[in-house]
Amino acid sequence: MFKVIKSCIKQGRRTLKFPKGKAPVLPARYRGRPIVAGENNVAIDMGKITFAPDAGIIYSNDFSMAVSKREDLVLKEGEKVGVILKKEIYKMFGRSLKLRQVSAGGCNSCEADINVLGTPVFDLARFGIQFVASPRHADGIVVTGPITKNMKYALLKTYEAVPDPKIVVAVGSCAISGGVFSGSPEVSEGLDTILPVDLFIPGCPPHPLTILDGFLRLIGRIRA
Amino acid sequence: MELFNGGNIALSGIPILSESEFRKEVIDRCRSDARLISFFGQDEGALGVRLFAFLAYDEDAELKVLSMRVPLNEPRYVSLANELLAANWFEREIAEQWAVTPEGHPWLKPLRYHSNYRGAVDIWPNMTADVIPGAYQFYAVAGEGVHEVGVGPVHAGIIEPGHFRFECHGEKILHLEIQLGYQHRGIERMIHGKDVKRFAMLSEAVAGDTSIGHSMAFCEVVESLSGASAPVRAQFIRAVALELERLANHVGDLGALGMDAGFLPSSSYFGRMRGDYLNLLLMITGNRFGKGLSRPGGVLFDIDEKMGQDLCKKLSIYKKEFEDVSDLLFSRPSVMARFEGVGELSKETATDLGLVGPAARACQIERDVRIDHSSGIWQFHHIPISLAATGDVYARALVRRQEVMRSLEFLLRIIPILPKGEIFTPLAPMRANMMAVSMVEGWRGEIVHVGITEGDGGFSRYKIVDPSFHNWFGLSVAIRGGEISDFPLCNKSFNLSYCGHDL
Repeated sequence: MFKVIKSCIKQGRRTLKFPKGKAPVLPARYRGRPIVAGENNVAIDMGKITFAPDAGIIYSNDFSMAVSKREDLVLKEGEKVGVILKKEIYKMFGRSLKLRQVSAGGCNSCEADINVLGTPVFDLARFGIQFVASPRHADGIVVTGPITKNMKYALLKTYEAVPDPKIVVAVGSCAISGGVFSGSPEVSEGLDTILPVDLFIPGCPPHPLTILDGFLRLIGRIRA
Repeated sequence: MELFNGGNIALSGIPILSESEFRKEVIDRCRSDARLISFFGQDEGALGVRLFAFLAYDEDAELKVLSMRVPLNEPRYVSLANELLAANWFEREIAEQWAVTPEGHPWLKPLRYHSNYRGAVDIWPNMTADVIPGAYQFYAVAGEGVHEVGVGPVHAGIIEPGHFRFECHGEKILHLEIQLGYQHRGIERMIHGKDVKRFAMLSEAVAGDTSIGHSMAFCEVVESLSGASAPVRAQFIRAVALELERLANHVGDLGALGMDAGFLPSSSYFGRMRGDYLNLLLMITGNRFGKGLSRPGGVLFDIDEKMGQDLCKKLSIYKKEFEDVSDLLFSRPSVMARFEGVGELSKETATDLGLVGPAARACQIERDVRIDHSSGIWQFHHIPISLAATGDVYARALVRRQEVMRSLEFLLRIIPILPKGEIFTPLAPMRANMMAVSMVEGWRGEIVHVGITEGDGGFSRYKIVDPSFHNWFGLSVAIRGGEISDFPLCNKSFNLSYCGHDL
């Protein structure tokens, strides 16, 4: 018992001040929202790229990348479109959002960085957002992976089991477009070809802050 | 033909044995001091399907490749699995990929549920139907009071999909059958041709938590086929990243094990500490899983002197923190009572099944690629092996604890002495009609990649063996005779990859 108390004191409080306080600054090599300007004025689809360092793209340090509409993932010079706050989602789920995660292919790194939101650092539960075990208890699903042929049926069954009204979130390049697996006959070309998607969170995998930022914008906790 | 980890060989130099010779060679050698590390088929058009078996001699750091040919008019051979248990899943894989029947196989079921690669009639009907996994017969136990529990593919937590079928009597598990395949993306078939930059990204997505391990194995195969190796400094940086990957996962696993035993303090602390290591990878590579670090020819990110000092400073702090929290976990009698005696595997069973990684070392099997088949940095800087004797959840936790300490000591030793020089040198094209093999000790165990090139120097076949491929069956056997309530804990102590298995 003493050991536990001692270690509690030693470990201290570790939860981020974000979003009330300042967002932490990610390391210089972090690859966030691509820069489309000047010489690099080529439209970039954040839903398709895998944020590789050798893809000929210049990346910024901005981790806020989630959008509401698929077409808004395509970056053009001078435009920044983020999550569009929907009144019905805010009213319904603004204070309590229960989600069921469905892993449908992919490499498990998106899942790992969603799981991280449960650690004391991010502490997702303080925003009333929680991952639940049953789709029957959920207000929506969070899908990762390129939706393999072998997972499509289970994904649709899980979606059907969530009571209406419900939301759908696609996390990671694979769920958005097939990502690095795009072109394989075993996977689909994006969740929005199968289900209506309310929130797209790009990345390979997205940084936990990108995912958190996306969720918080969806429920209106971040509005800037 | 003999070769070493990272070696290559001309395809024409690999003799084609008759079926009976092949069978005898593989079984006899594995009964003495070799073990099966990879076994796969390759399409040879009208000539048939060529089967390659890779054997490892851990004592001599040697590898041996044997081959035979299965003719198209009679696509069958006598199964090895009855004599050589480690061939079990490999034979199911060959049957599924190439529609070649291993006659007399003890439980011939599909592994990943896809149609075969040579466009022949599949061994199982309806392989292209919509809802396949789980539609095949499961091993059933009959009798009074026997019941069946099915779990998955969608599980309660944020984890990957797989189906588990328990045959139980009361709480006691008589048998567990694990059906995977839901994560099958077709990676092996996508690695075809010359686009090695794209393939490197695919190798990082074999299993995201092992991005470094798999991409390192992939790059070494390409480098070997090009007749080169990465600059020494790049090899060191890859090793630093590989050990950071091991640290992140082992620390996370210890946290999750505490959680499943109902002890929350250590799981909160370990959960956060896992993130510390991922953040170090983020600092070095710009990605928390190290994606984008390794490319054939070297690495894309350097560790300069200042970053090296920063790394060492942080790792020294993390080492102290790890000692504190692991002491908290391992000195807790209620946790130890939960860990001990659950999911026991004997050394004999683990050897027969061909287990690898911490799961094997927890059964006192001395098996670690960094030591047995050392290449690159591990030839110069040794890392001691971590063993435990009891083969249960406790042993698997203990091995992880030791490996964390040893990886930390290793990193603190090598980061200050990174050799100077280039981090990347462009490669010549891959040579035609060659085969190269590479082994890496990932945090789950032995990763084996084999690449074969065709006439134009592009890949005609790429074979990946994730450590989970060897170990899933070990989990089934370990839980036999245990209780259903022990399963989550036992499962966590293996923490196997679904996507690494499903490819």
